[in-house]
Amino acid sequence: MSINQNAVLLLIMAAVLNGVPLLYGTLGEILSEKAGNLNLGVEGMMFMGGAMGLGAAFYYEGAGGTIGVLAVFLALLFAFLGGAIGALIYAFLTITLRANQNVTGLALAIFGTGVGQFIGEYMRVTSGGYVAVSNNLKAVFLNSPFPAGLQQLPVVGPLVFGHSVFLYLGVLLAVGMHLFFRRTRAGLSLRAVGESPATADAAGINVTRYKYLATVIGGGVSAIGGMVYTMTIASCVWNHEALSGEGWLAVALVIFCLWRPLNAIWGSVLFGALMILYQRLHLSFVPDELYKILPYVVTVVVLILTSLRNNREKQPPPSLGLAYFREER
Amino acid sequence: MHEQHSPLIRLAKRDAMPRGQVWAIRGASFVAAILISALIFLLMGHSPLEGYGTMLSGALGKPTAVRQTVRIAIPLLGTALAIAPCFKMRFWNIGAEGQITAGAVGASYFALFWADRLPVPVLLVVMALAGAIFGGLWALVPAFFKARWGTNETLFTLMMNYIMIGVVKWLQGGPWEGRPGSQIIPQFDSAAVLPKVLGVHCGWIIVLVMTVAVFIYMKYTKQGYEIAVIGESENTARYAGMSVGKIIMRTMFLSGAMAGLVGFIVASGADNTLHSGVAAGVGFTAITVAWLAQLNPFAMIAISMLLGVLEKGADTLQTRLEVPASISDIITGIFLFCMLGCEFFINYRLIFRGGHKEVAGK
Repeated sequence: MSINQNAVLLLIMAAVLNGVPLLYGTLGEILSEKAGNLNLGVEGMMFMGGAMGLGAAFYYEGAGGTIGVLAVFLALLFAFLGGAIGALIYAFLTITLRANQNVTGLALAIFGTGVGQFIGEYMRVTSGGYVAVSNNLKAVFLNSPFPAGLQQLPVVGPLVFGHSVFLYLGVLLAVGMHLFFRRTRAGLSLRAVGESPATADAAGINVTRYKYLATVIGGGVSAIGGMVYTMTIASCVWNHEALSGEGWLAVALVIFCLWRPLNAIWGSVLFGALMILYQRLHLSFVPDELYKILPYVVTVVVLILTSLRNNREKQPPPSLGLAYFREER
Repeated sequence: MHEQHSPLIRLAKRDAMPRGQVWAIRGASFVAAILISALIFLLMGHSPLEGYGTMLSGALGKPTAVRQTVRIAIPLLGTALAIAPCFKMRFWNIGAEGQITAGAVGASYFALFWADRLPVPVLLVVMALAGAIFGGLWALVPAFFKARWGTNETLFTLMMNYIMIGVVKWLQGGPWEGRPGSQIIPQFDSAAVLPKVLGVHCGWIIVLVMTVAVFIYMKYTKQGYEIAVIGESENTARYAGMSVGKIIMRTMFLSGAMAGLVGFIVASGADNTLHSGVAAGVGFTAITVAWLAQLNPFAMIAISMLLGVLEKGADTLQTRLEVPASISDIITGIFLFCMLGCEFFINYRLIFRGGHKEVAGK
C-alpha cells in the first residue's frame, strides 16, 4: 500500500515540476488574449526567456556572484525582459500597425526561437562548449524554499512544501490575475477591450494602452515559463530540443482553461501529468508516442465541447484576433 | 477649441495607392530589414558586407547552391499555395504543418508497402493521390466542426499539427520502424523516389503547375468567387444563397490536399523517407509567405525564393564564418516583421494635426 502511495506522490511531484513552466506560459497568454490579442509567438517568447534567464544566472555566477536569491531574481527579470521585448514587437505590429495577428505571431515564433537558440549557442561557444551553473545554484532554482522541517512532514510535506519557488510564485500570480480580472476596475476595462474594443473606446477606456500593456506584460510572464523550464527540468543547460513545443502546449492550455487564471493552476499540473504519464503509468496497449499527444487531443475535445455548449461564459474573448481600427466602427 | 483636442496624428484608410508608391514602400521595408539585420553581423564582429556576400554566394553562387536553394523554396511555395484559398476565405488554417505530415504518411504507406507491386509511374501517381487525400481528410476534420458548430479553427488546426506529428513518431518507433530499435523508417525503394529534372527533384514542376492552377482557380472559377465572397462577408454569401458550411469544407479539403501533396513531394523527392520532422516548420513559415504575397500565387514564388536564399545563405554563414545557423531564423523574422509592418503605410494614411482640412459634412 505504501509503495503505491509513494508512486502516486512521485507522479504528482513530477506533474507539478512539468506543469509549472506551462503555468507561466498560459497565464501570460491569458492576459494577452483577454485584451483581444491572440499571440501565437508564445513558443518564441519562451525560447527568448529561457535563453536570457539562463544567461542571467550564468553570467551572474561567472562575475563572482554567490547570492542564490539574487540569481533567481535576475533570471526572472531577464526572462521577463526577453519575452516583453518579443511581445513589444508583436504589439507594435498588430496594435499600432494593425498587421494580422496570426501571421505576426507566427513570425514572432520563428524570430524568437531563432534568438533563443542563437543566444544559447553563443553562450555555449564563448564559454568553451558547455554552459553550466554550479550545483549550489541549480539547487536554489530546483529546491523548495521552505525549511527542511516542513518538507519532511509525511505526505503533506512534499505535496505542499516540496516544490520549487516558481510554483508558489506562479500560483500567487494566478490568484492575483483572477482577482485583477474579477475585482478591479482595470481588470473589467481590460476584459471590455477584449470583448468589444469599440464599446470600450466609447466608454472612455484607452484601448491602445490596455492592449499594449496586456500583451507586453503577458509576453514577459510567458517567457518566464521558458526560463523555469530551462532552470529546473533541463537542469540549467540550454536544450532547445526539450524546450520546443512548450509554447504551443501553453497556447493549448489557454483554451483548456477557458481563459481563466485559476483553472490554469490545476490545468497546467494536469498537462504536466499527461506529458510524463507514459513514464510513470505504463499501459502496454498504449504506445508511449501516442500517450504524448494526449494533451493535444484533450484540448481539441475541450474546444469542440465549448463550441457545442455555446455557453457565453466559456467562449474566447469575442474580438480575439481582430485588429481595432477606431475609424472603422 | 476643437483644434486643441484633436490628436497629433490621426489615421485614415487609404484608397488605392499608385503602384509605384506601393513598391517604393515595399522596397523601403526591404532595405530597412537589410539594415537591421546588418546590426546583428556587427554585433557578431563581422562586417555586414562580408556577411551578406557570404550568404548570397552561398545561396546563389554556384549551380549546386541554386539547386539547394530551390529545394528549400519548393515546399514553402507549395504550402503557401495550399493556404491561400483558406486565408482568402478568412479561415485561419494554421494546420498546414499537420496536413503536410499527414500527406507524407499517406504517400509513405504506398512507398513502403506497395513499391514492389506497382509499376513506377503508377506507384508515384498513387503516392501523390494518397498524400493529397490524407492531407485533405486531415484538414476536413476542423473544417467540419467549424462549419457545423463554429469551433475556433485557428486553435483546432494548430492542435491537429501536433497530433499528426505524434502519430508519425509512433509509426517511426512502432509499426513502420526499420531495424528494430533504430526509431527510423527505412529509406524508400528507388521506384518511390521522385525523378530529378535539371538536378532538382521534379517537385518544382509540380508546384509551378500548382501556382498557375491556384491562380486560375481563385480568379476565374465560380468556386474561387464563392471563396472571395465568404471572405468579404459571410452574411452576404448566405443571403446570396451559398451554402457556407459546404464551401468551407470543400475549400479546406482542397487546401489540405495541396499541403498533403507537398508532404508527398518532400518525403519522396527530398527526404526519401518519412520522419516526424518532415514538415520542419514549413507549415508555419508558408503562412507568412502566403500573407506577404497578399495571396497572389506569383508573388509567392518570389517570397519563397527569398526565404530559401536566407536559409541556404545562413547555412553557408555557419560553415564559413562560424555564425550559429539559427541566425537564419532571426533574419527571416526581421524580414517578416518589416514586410508585415510596411503594409500599414500602404493601407493607411497618417494625418498630422492641422495638416489636413476635414471635408465639411463628413
